[in-house]
Amino acid sequence: MLTTAEKILSQKAGKTVRAGELVVVSVDGVMATDTTAPSALKAFAKMGGQTVWNPDRCALVIDHAAPAPNERIANLHQLMRDFAQAQGIRLFEIGEGICHQVMVEQQYVRPNEVFIGADSHTPTYGALNTFACGVGSTDLAAVMLTGKTWLKVPPTIHIRCTGQLPPHVSAKDLVLFLTGKVGISGATYQAIEFEGEAFAQMSLAARMCVANMAAEMGAKTCFVHPKGLSLPYEFEALYPDEGATYAATYEFEVSDLKPQIAAPESPDNVGDITPHLGQPVQYGFIGTCGNGRLEDLQAAAAVLAGKRLASGTRLVIAPASRAVFLAAMNDGTAQTLIEAGASFITPGCGPCVGSHEGVPADGETVISSANRNFKGRMGNPRAHIYLASPATVAASVLHGYIANS
Amino acid sequence: MLMNNPAGKAHVYGDNIDTDRIIPGKYTKTLDAQSLAAHVLEDLDPDFRQKLTLGDILVAGDNFGCGSSREQAPVALQTAGVSLVIARYFARIFFRNAINIGLPVMEIPDHDIANDDRLEADLQQGTVRNLTTGKTYQAAALPPIMFRILQEGGLVNYLKKYGSYQSL
Repeated sequence: MLTTAEKILSQKAGKTVRAGELVVVSVDGVMATDTTAPSALKAFAKMGGQTVWNPDRCALVIDHAAPAPNERIANLHQLMRDFAQAQGIRLFEIGEGICHQVMVEQQYVRPNEVFIGADSHTPTYGALNTFACGVGSTDLAAVMLTGKTWLKVPPTIHIRCTGQLPPHVSAKDLVLFLTGKVGISGATYQAIEFEGEAFAQMSLAARMCVANMAAEMGAKTCFVHPKGLSLPYEFEALYPDEGATYAATYEFEVSDLKPQIAAPESPDNVGDITPHLGQPVQYGFIGTCGNGRLEDLQAAAAVLAGKRLASGTRLVIAPASRAVFLAAMNDGTAQTLIEAGASFITPGCGPCVGSHEGVPADGETVISSANRNFKGRMGNPRAHIYLASPATVAASVLHGYIANS
Repeated sequence: MLMNNPAGKAHVYGDNIDTDRIIPGKYTKTLDAQSLAAHVLEDLDPDFRQKLTLGDILVAGDNFGCGSSREQAPVALQTAGVSLVIARYFARIFFRNAINIGLPVMEIPDHDIANDDRLEADLQQGTVRNLTTGKTYQAAALPPIMFRILQEGGLVNYLKKYGSYQSL
């Protein structure tokens, strides 16, 4: 009786393994970004690395500070380009999008795999029901060299959500709610399986939004059960065994869930939006690997159509990928948002990590569709960051204070 | 390889110290470890660098190093002169990253270490002696592979020596 994590790792290890065991597994694919790749390439060279184990399954993505804001970062980007060219591996250039979005869109990761990414939000691929795990640069270099990594098979937390989300309550509201319940370290060293009607009805984009915040619960990886998952290719829908052993089980009925918000300075500082309504905001940001997809931009456009941002507020939008940006242009979403006063920036991580554009000023309050609101996250420790759904962000900059419609 | 046993003064902080507080994202895009060290923990304690003496020990509560996968976080601490990080427990990516770069970390769930206590660790035994109070703490044992990696001074040296992961 195996969990999804145990099943996938057993397949890769060539024997049945259970929670708590240490395994060396073959890795299907790896990815690193301009935050983590430069150190990884340096470590790879120091390890004596000549060629990567499989150029077709290695990818480098320039997304965290793209385009480069200064010569130091420009040179790090160049290091990545040179390495990619020398090794014959795919480099995603500035503007192609956020690593996690392009990996899924361009099918660099598929269901039931073991994927290692040098970015903490790698468990986003749990939307595909794949074992995806974030690591740092040296671990990543080791996979590039050997095609393998070592892992402790994680115990699994099972989260079942029954009922349908109400209209205007999104996957982001649900995952914020769950992050508040599980807590920022509630799933440390563990996997999470998300199961139930509320997830089965979700689009791939919404599943990615949910899986994205498993990292904020401390999880090593996560899986959204593939019931209802639709992909542009055929895949085997893998489920845990009935009677699998779980470390903990949560069950929530979500058909009355209210819009949620995470207040500064932790993503698990979550509650209903109601007590925060009316709190002045100056800056809204829509984007990131959490919520920069077409349906997120459409949700914002539905709120802002034919209206203008409140005086004294601004809205920055970074589409999750070039494909998302193009789709938002083709269906009029981008125009609606720009006419309302939004500023579009290069598809990528944008202001989320404070590396380049869109840094808030001292004392400002930001409302963001990102996944982290730690002190200093967006580049200024004297700004205050709230996390909410794209619709809530749009409504808040429309009014100049936290609002949900 | 014989590991140097860390010894130094304790600098004690609280729970859930995330990687943005250890090294803000705006400073992470560099290969210059000194420039990381220059900003280590600055949003948590602007005086940390002044207080730190080479070899001192950082002590925290629950979930140290949560958040980003940035290996720059342990690199910043190591380069600033921190010889060991003790926490009640760590976020997993930070924990791996620290060992991978050869920065010792110890999980001691029940420590009551106070600021400025003098500490002396034995990495082989997994123990920490508090010279100020006379107490000894036992750390959770590292998985054997992590101990081997730490013994080699990090994953780069381990793989240079062995070429791939040895059987577990």
